[in-house]
Parts: sequence; C-alpha cells; structure tokens
Amino acid sequence: MNLFSEKIEKAAAAKLPLRIRGGGTKDFYGNALEGEVLDTRGHAGVVDYEPTELVITARCGTLLRDIEKILEEKNQILPFEPPHFGAGATLGGCIAAGLSGPRRASAGSVRDFVLGATILDGRGRLLAFGGRVMKNVAGYDVSRLLAGSLGTLGLMLEVSLKVLPRPAAEQTLALEMPQARALESMNRWAGQALPISATAWRDGELRLRLSGAPGAVGAAAEKLAGDADSGQDAARFWDGVREQTDTFFAGDVPLWRLSLPSSAPAVDLPGVQLVEWGGALRWLKSGADAATIRNATARAGGHATLFRAREKPAGAFAPLPQELARLHRELKQSFDPAGILNPGRMYAEF
Amino acid sequence: MGSAVPQIDFDLQKKISVKLKEFLPERCVLWQEEDTRPYECDGLTAYRRLPMVVALPETEEQVQRVLKTCFSMDVPVVPRGAGTGLSGGALPPGDGVLLSLAKFMRVLRVDPLARVAVVQPGVRNAAISDVAAPFGLYYAPDPSSQIACSIGGNVAENSGGVHCLKYGLTVHNVLRMKGYTIAGEAVEFGSEALDSPGYDLLALAIGSEGLLAVTTEVTVKLLPRPETARVIMASFDDVQKAGDAVAAVIGAGIVPAGLEMMDKPATHAVEQFVHAGYDLEAAVILLCESDGSAAEVEEEIAKMKEVLGRAGATRLAVSRDEPERLRFWSGRKAAFPAVGRISPDYYCMDGTIPKKRLGEVLNFIGALEKKYGLRCPNVFHAGDGNLHPLILFDANNADELRRTEEFAAEVLEKCIQVGGTITGEHGVGVEKIDQMCVQFGAAELETFHAIKRAFDPKGLLNPGKAVPLLSRCAEFGHRHVHAGKVNRPDLPRF
Repeated sequence: MNLFSEKIEKAAAAKLPLRIRGGGTKDFYGNALEGEVLDTRGHAGVVDYEPTELVITARCGTLLRDIEKILEEKNQILPFEPPHFGAGATLGGCIAAGLSGPRRASAGSVRDFVLGATILDGRGRLLAFGGRVMKNVAGYDVSRLLAGSLGTLGLMLEVSLKVLPRPAAEQTLALEMPQARALESMNRWAGQALPISATAWRDGELRLRLSGAPGAVGAAAEKLAGDADSGQDAARFWDGVREQTDTFFAGDVPLWRLSLPSSAPAVDLPGVQLVEWGGALRWLKSGADAATIRNATARAGGHATLFRAREKPAGAFAPLPQELARLHRELKQSFDPAGILNPGRMYAEF
Repeated sequence: MGSAVPQIDFDLQKKISVKLKEFLPERCVLWQEEDTRPYECDGLTAYRRLPMVVALPETEEQVQRVLKTCFSMDVPVVPRGAGTGLSGGALPPGDGVLLSLAKFMRVLRVDPLARVAVVQPGVRNAAISDVAAPFGLYYAPDPSSQIACSIGGNVAENSGGVHCLKYGLTVHNVLRMKGYTIAGEAVEFGSEALDSPGYDLLALAIGSEGLLAVTTEVTVKLLPRPETARVIMASFDDVQKAGDAVAAVIGAGIVPAGLEMMDKPATHAVEQFVHAGYDLEAAVILLCESDGSAAEVEEEIAKMKEVLGRAGATRLAVSRDEPERLRFWSGRKAAFPAVGRISPDYYCMDGTIPKKRLGEVLNFIGALEKKYGLRCPNVFHAGDGNLHPLILFDANNADELRRTEEFAAEVLEKCIQVGGTITGEHGVGVEKIDQMCVQFGAAELETFHAIKRAFDPKGLLNPGKAVPLLSRCAEFGHRHVHAGKVNRPDLPRF
C-alpha cells in the first residue's frame, strides 16, 4: 500500500499518468489506455467475511472468482452477478467498471451493493468512506460514486460489499416470441409477484430464469408455461450472456450497449439485438455510425455506449450535458488534481 | 442541543423579501415572526432558529429564480420538505432563506408497465404507494414517518424503514432526480434507464442532506405488492440469544422482509399505548416477517420458526391473518410516540453496528443508563444492524438534558468503535456534526468539502450541516478528551 501511495505521489509531482490495472480483462472497456501500469494484483486477499452479517471485505487485487468461491462455500452470492470477461478479473476492476450481469434488473447493480471503500486519491492520500454495515448515511456516499468511475477518482484498495444467500431453487424457461411481444411480456411480468431473476431475448426466443423458494419457482414455471431448459444448458446459457461468450457476441462488428427504460419500444436500428434486464439493456451489433445510434437511443430515453470495437473515434460513452460535464471535471479535480489517474479512460477531457 | 437567539438582520430581510416578491406571489414570501415561527425547527425540536425569510415557490421556474437571486446576493438557502427529519437538516438559516418545497405536491405520472412514478418532492412517502395501489404496485422504503414525510426529504436523507434489508434504502429505489444547483443551473441525475453515462451522481446526491442540489422532481421505482405476508413474534429471555437468533436466520439463507427487535422497556411502553399483543415477560422480542407468494411464505415461515426455536425462543406466535400482522407491526411503528407518553421528552438516536456486536452494545447502553441515571428503551432494525435507542429525559431539567447529550455521544462513539457508524438513516444534520469528527479523518472531511465546492462553490446551500469544518473538529477535540487521549491528533488546531 505504501508502495502504491509513493508511486501516486511521484506521478502526481511529475504529472505522469498512471494506468490502474488488475487482470486487464476489461482493457477493452472505455477509451484510450494511457500511462504507466500500476498493477494491483499484489494487493489481494479477503480481509473479512461474516456470512451472517451478509458483508464481505476484500482487497482490490483479489480474483473475482476467488471471492465467488468463498461465498459459494457459505451458499451466498454477489447478487449483481458481475461479468468477469476472463479468469484474471479482480474485485477492483469489477467495481471500477461498474458492470452488472443478468441478475441486475431484479437484484440491483454493483453500486447498490457497495457498502464502503478505502482508496488512495490522486495525491496518494488514504481515504475511507462508507463502512461494513448495511445502513450508513454519514458523509456523502463516495463509495457508491466509485462504482463505475473507471479508476479516475482513486485507486481502490479495499471494498466492502453486501452479499445475499444463493436462491434455493433455479429454473430456466424458453418461450418463442418476437421482440415487441417479449418487451411487453417482460415488463408486465415484472409488475407481478413472480420470482424472475434474469431475462434474455435473442433470435425470436425469450429465456426467463426463475430463482427463489422451490414452491415459488415451481408455481411460476407452471404459470408462465414455457419449455424448461435442463439445468446444465441453462447454466451454460446464462454464463454465455454474462461473459459474452454466447454466439451473439462473436465477430468483429462493433458492439453497442443501449441502456433504456425497460418499457421503451424496440429501437429501430440496423444490426442484431440481444435484450436483457427486462428490456432495460439492449446489446446491438451494428456498423451504423455513432451519431445515428446515440440519437435513436436518446430519443427512446436512454444512452448508448460503444462497448467493444476496434476503434472508438466518437468516444465510448455518450457525451454529458454541459452542467454535468462541469460537475465531472470538478469532481475529478478534487480527487485527482494532477489528472494522473486513468486520464481519458472515461472522457477525453479528463 | 440548544436554541439560538434570533438575530435577524432586518435590512437584509427586507431587501431579500422585496427581491423575492418580484417573481413570487405575496403569500409565498414569509418574513413576519408569526408566519416564520412554524418553520423554526424540524423533527429534532431541541434545535430551533427563526428563519430570516421563508420562500414557498409554486413552480420550478420560481425555485430556480429563488436560487439565482440568493446566489447573486450571497444569501444562504436551506431546503425543507415536510420537516419530519430527525437530525436538524432543515434547521433554518438565521441569515438566509428557508426554501420550502411543500407546494410541490403533485404526482406527475404513474407508469404501471414500466413500474415507475414521477412525483414532485413534496409528495408524501405513503401517498406514492396509495397512487400505485390500483396497479398492484407500491413504493418500498417505509420510514416510520411515512404518512407525513415527503419524498424530497427521503432523497435528501437516504431514508430507510423496516423493510430495507430485503428491499433497500431510498438510493436503491430512486431512478432519477431533477433539480437545481445553488447557482440555479438545472441538473438531472440518473434516468428512467437503469444507469447513466459518467459518474453515478444520483448515488452521490441521495443522502447528501440537501447540500448539493435542490430537488424538484423524483422518479421512483415501484414494486409489485407481495401476494401475502406473515410475521412471527419470537420471545427471548436474553438479549444475546436474540442477537444470535438474528444471525442464525440470516445464516440459514433467509432474507426476511422485516427483522425488528424491541427490548422489554420498549414493549412495555408500546403495549400500554396500542395493545399490540406483545409478550411482556420477554427480555426482548423479535418481529420476523416473510412476504411473497402464499407457497413461498409458508415455506419461509416454517423455516424461520424452526431456526428461531433452535436459537432458544421462549415463545413463537405467527400472525394468523392480516389484521393480526398489522397489529404486531403497529407496536413497532408506534414505538416512538408510545415512548413519548411515558416521558416528558425522549431523544431518538440512530447508529449502526455489525449485528454480531449487538449484545455487547446493548449491555453498554444498559451500563450508561445507570451511569447517567436515565432510562433508555431500545428498538432496533435487527436485520441491518440499525439501533434506535430512545433516551428518556425532561428537557426542562437542564442537567438531564446535559446527561442525555453525553449519554448519546457515548453510544455513538461505541458504534464507531465496534465498526459501525454514527447514523444509519436519520442523517448528520446539525445533530451529529461533532461525531463526524470521530468517524472521519481530516483527509475525508476535506474531500467532502471539495465535493461540496464542485456543486456549491460559495457554500450557500444548507451551510453548517452534515460535514463539519476542520476548525470545528479541532475545537471539538479540545472539549472532548477521552481517557487522556485527544481525538484526531492529526488535525490542525486553531
């Protein structure tokens, strides 16, 4: 840790950028990677895990799969089901990227489960925010702000997360239907007391994952009346969606991530789509130009991220309104006055 | 605690009132003492201050103009919702404008398919669930004050309630907020999608106690109302056993919809008041709720009964029907007013601890009762470790008031010491500003001030709340020496 803070202090003094990196599994995400690599993998290990408190605290370099394994031994899970995108994925990268998986629409996002964090800011100062308890409203909620900040505000040393019990039963159903009907159905079902924990539509087929008490899962499966997938096929399918190893994601066509109100009608854009999160997340593989995609998504009430592409000339993330851009610059300035932490990774201007 | 002597600058008062009346109707600008007196405090009545001017805008444009006017004149602004806050977050400025959002009472849109409601900040928490009810939906966070508190205040405080272990806090149930910075710039954080580009400013703004922006519109998530719910009342003859039972329930893989604890003094106070049917012999009772489909609830209740029984419950009663379930809850929800009936005054505290330290902390509170000669019933959101000790005192007795303050400070510092926090859901406001110096170091407090400056460079929006000045912490350290050790030796002393 002292090594980290020395490195940051030196870089700040010399105004030389640092690129915070764990396993590098999310190097593709965001904009340009600039600066000398600050490797976090040496700072690993679970600091505290109390299953009955539903809280785990671990160091940033801890492998995500190690955390999931430790939780699994106590029959618990990271509820936001984060994608790893590779065996080397670390906890720090998971929080910094702020990406959640299939369970997001029902369970919540990465930031929803962040309880506290210890960081080194851009001056190399050690700061602790939040805590290891469920409810904490002392001071601004900086630890949640860090989720998805792409390492631009500080180097996360330790993070505390809320965890949940693994659902006792799970079952996946497949139903054939076109996108418009799938969107309508997913929204309608989400308004009923059904234990739907994940949804994915592609290629005229909607898959629903039910999770919860065996009785509730069984009753819902009967009511929804789809074809049941075998346990193994289902696990493979959801893993493919979460890790983007599903055939939908194959190939070199740019991959866009459209985040929309769940009930927004199908967005009419060239390319193919995979719909998740009850309609709130739509993956688009399309060669259309950035402005076309961003404008159509904005008109539908959302925003579009260029998730994977060889080049991102228009930037990975949708541009911010003027006042929000100002707030971003000022916040960045207050955490990292020398502008050395992952500069340009989120927006070119900082 | 204490009340401030009114020191109104009458020239400034007149100047501001005249300016505001250029665009606000006469009835929306209050400055005469009989009109401003009702605004002198919020739910933390021990702190009172007469506002210089009260502005009650009726449109967003008027809110913006109030802010622009105050910003250009360097006049402080304190936003206020329903005034039910318990930490003095809406304590008025003696030298500025109290900006009441009480007239923003409209539900703008309910979308049953997308399961969202767009509401103005003055809409009451419970009213949101009322308008959602015809669609089988509701708004989950349910602070005890839900019939009176407004959603704008909930956003400012990140309010919780008795069901947040399963359903989350305000931050988990709000999708978007719209409002203005102190300079009158329009801002929108979040959206009706599940995320937004850039930093999560919505998460930062929620719970910021009105220090970063003034909210004029909120989009909340609505959830399907569970088909059914039942609650177990479990009696224990020992606090530690009850604490272990809470851990055992969660360890068994159950996340109860509600998991509340009340000690014997609390159940006795409540029982006289609402006749909830509590076991008055028990040292503590737990209320443990399950909700969902009928099959799910039956499975979960059976499992919870077994776990609680094994953990040493001396009695278990399961609500047989909805009226009985509501009666079991009525006692918990009425705990504060019930305690108000057995004492001239009570001081409701709010701290969070790791659940495993419960026995230790309750014993510590028991010892403090003897030390200070004051009674302190306890109610506890056991599932999420959030304590609400209620110190009974008489405000007319200066010495009792002093002892209450010292009692409370010791409890909060104990919370920090066992790895918890000084406020779980009521906020810092003015009440806990000194304890912030114990919870955070100089570098964190500086970071908070830097965040504040990004939104409010002149420091005009709700000044003096939530985050203490470093100089104040240095002074607090002087006053507050524990066992010969000075707090925060790392702070510069002024």
